[in-house]
Amino acid sequence: MSNQPLLELKNLRTSFRINNNYYAAVDDVTLTIKENEVVAIVGESGCGKSALALSIMGLHPQGRTKLEGNVNFNGKNLLSLTTSEMNKIRGKDIGMIFQDPLTALNPLMTCGRQIEESMTYHTNLSSGKKKQKALELLKKVGIPNPERTYKQFPHELSGGMRQRVVIAIAIACEPSLVIADEPTTALDVTIQAQIMDLLKDLQRQMKTGIILITHDLGVVAEMADRVAVMYAGEIVELADVKTLFKNPLHPYTRSLLNSIPSTASEKDRLHVIKGIVPSLQNLPREGCRFKERIDWIDDHNHEEHPILREVEANHYVRCTCYNHFHFPEEIGDSKYVVS
Amino acid sequence: MIKFILRRFVVMIPQLIILSVLIFALAKAMPGDALTGQLASNPKMDAQTLHELKQKLGLLDPPYKQYLHWAGGLLHGDMGMSVIHQVPVTQLLAGRMENTLILSLAILILSYMIAIPLGIVGGRWTDSWADKMVVGYNYLTFATPLFIFALIMLFIFGFVLNWFPTSGSVDIRVEDGTFSYYMSKLNHLILPALSGAIVNTTVTIQYLRNEIIDTKIKDFVKTARAKGVNESKVYTQHILRNSFLPIAAFLGYEIVYLIGGSVFLETIYGYPGIGQLFIASISQRDFSVVTALVMISGLATLIGTLLSDIILSAVDPRIRIE
Ligand SMILES: Nc1ncnc2c1ncn2[C@@H]1O[C@H](COP(=O)(O)OP(=O)(O)OP(=O)(O)O)[C@@H](O)[C@H]1O
Ligand code: SF4
Ligand SMILES: [Mg+2]
Repeated sequence: MSNQPLLELKNLRTSFRINNNYYAAVDDVTLTIKENEVVAIVGESGCGKSALALSIMGLHPQGRTKLEGNVNFNGKNLLSLTTSEMNKIRGKDIGMIFQDPLTALNPLMTCGRQIEESMTYHTNLSSGKKKQKALELLKKVGIPNPERTYKQFPHELSGGMRQRVVIAIAIACEPSLVIADEPTTALDVTIQAQIMDLLKDLQRQMKTGIILITHDLGVVAEMADRVAVMYAGEIVELADVKTLFKNPLHPYTRSLLNSIPSTASEKDRLHVIKGIVPSLQNLPREGCRFKERIDWIDDHNHEEHPILREVEANHYVRCTCYNHFHFPEEIGDSKYVVS
Repeated sequence: MIKFILRRFVVMIPQLIILSVLIFALAKAMPGDALTGQLASNPKMDAQTLHELKQKLGLLDPPYKQYLHWAGGLLHGDMGMSVIHQVPVTQLLAGRMENTLILSLAILILSYMIAIPLGIVGGRWTDSWADKMVVGYNYLTFATPLFIFALIMLFIFGFVLNWFPTSGSVDIRVEDGTFSYYMSKLNHLILPALSGAIVNTTVTIQYLRNEIIDTKIKDFVKTARAKGVNESKVYTQHILRNSFLPIAAFLGYEIVYLIGGSVFLETIYGYPGIGQLFIASISQRDFSVVTALVMISGLATLIGTLLSDIILSAVDPRIRIE
């Protein structure tokens, strides 16, 4: 991992217009992804992970989305680029892998053509060369019979195979950054592991930076270099993966780690924490956004909106009183003890 | 594919038999027969001659015998004689069928030429002023009955402005097959085709607009944008292709619907097609013509359904017929 920053998010805020008011789904996110680094973004459903990913790609519906702050990439602030300037970057320098391979592919186009399409817009390759490269890509993502799949339509493939095609599309132009938004959530458990292994291999081979959005803390532990924990649009804790698992400081992170499911069938449930993420309009905008979901604490002042503070080297926490807590050693015990 | 089509034709046989029995029974159940009309115009005909005539025409045979005779004729392409026109029904139909097909095709092409651009504008720029105009246009054409609209068009462009002829399908003074013959045909076609087309755009616009609105938020469109595909190609390569599916699938039915719907247009514009003939034959109790026309439209509906299935399988790789 080199130390060159690849992508810098500075005070990124993404707001959507709902009934003539703007509500921030991503709020004051500052995060740097270095070259060849894997940064995981975790958090419950609705906390703004996809909104963050789409903000980087510039794929939010125009007109009712407001983007503030900076998204610096290759010396440019992506937020200030026009759509056609953005089109030169999307697919070429930044690739994206979507959650649901069943819907992420055009049902009327062969897999081969869908892979070639991004080369069409970013290279001058002849159609023969493009085909050759598409076949190589299919092989690279572990498709057993590239010649055949090249000519197949998405519905002829299984979910896992389709996700491999989606990955092939994302890496077709060898981007320096790949954003994977829950790349395995829609797949069978056995397939999930295969796809994660594939991503890991590709990342090592191609030295891409990856933003990995996931619910799966097991995947985070295995693959990520650093982890950003998001809650209600904000990053509440940011640390390298070892630190985060060993010494989680934010109460929300603690709850997430406590809610690691022990069986595969529980995998999609991250609702062990009391309550749910509030909807955009109902987000508490004053005080700490998490306070309503902590019922075990009332003797501290949480009316102040905490900032993301560096509490030890490269370990950031958004909580005013993290150091008042004494967390029991054993993960799995959901009781927090306030000292 | 060939096997599928053959199988569908085999399935059509019992359907057609049932249809023919129904039509025959209905025709028999109608008051009067082919001679009632002649009787009225020729009151001097005595009972004896009438009986002989009926016997000659087979009208006194038991119904099943009459049916078999009629259905057997159909199989040989013999649809009987038109009592009114005194020519074989097939001969009577041939020219009119051609006219109706030309009119229907013209309506189809014109209505797509209007509806597809409007549907695309409405779907792509939803809620823009252009979209609001498309939606307004659609309400208007939806609310206007075809026969009223056709009458208005005929009145304005035919009678008041005198731009187009007000009846017929071709000027009888021009010679068959010459250039001016075709120009005259075209000239007679424009007004009925345009009226039919404008009223016929509603469904296509509505479908296309809704389909585009649904498709443009689909995941695969996001994938395309994430590849760096530019906006116009996102539309042509991804959104529109998918949005045209239901319209393509509807094409087969549309043709049948138009042929059936030609009744009003042809009557109003005095356009000699099968629709106009149908109305005339009913009022003249020319049953051999009526039954032939109903039979033909039944067959056309079945073929239209088949055509729609074939088109759909050709444009949508997810639908394979074998
Ligand atoms: N285009 C939009 N317009 C309005 N609200 C939106 C839009 N996109 C997302 N939101 C809202 O923003 C919030 C964050 O949504 P987002 O999709 O980013 O969540 P997420 O963290 O990706 O959740 P999940 O794990 O379910 O994918 C949600 O409350 C969602 O309803
Ligand atoms: S600031 Fe208070 S309410 Fe917010 S997370 Fe920390 S302890 Fe909980
Ligand atoms: Mg999401």
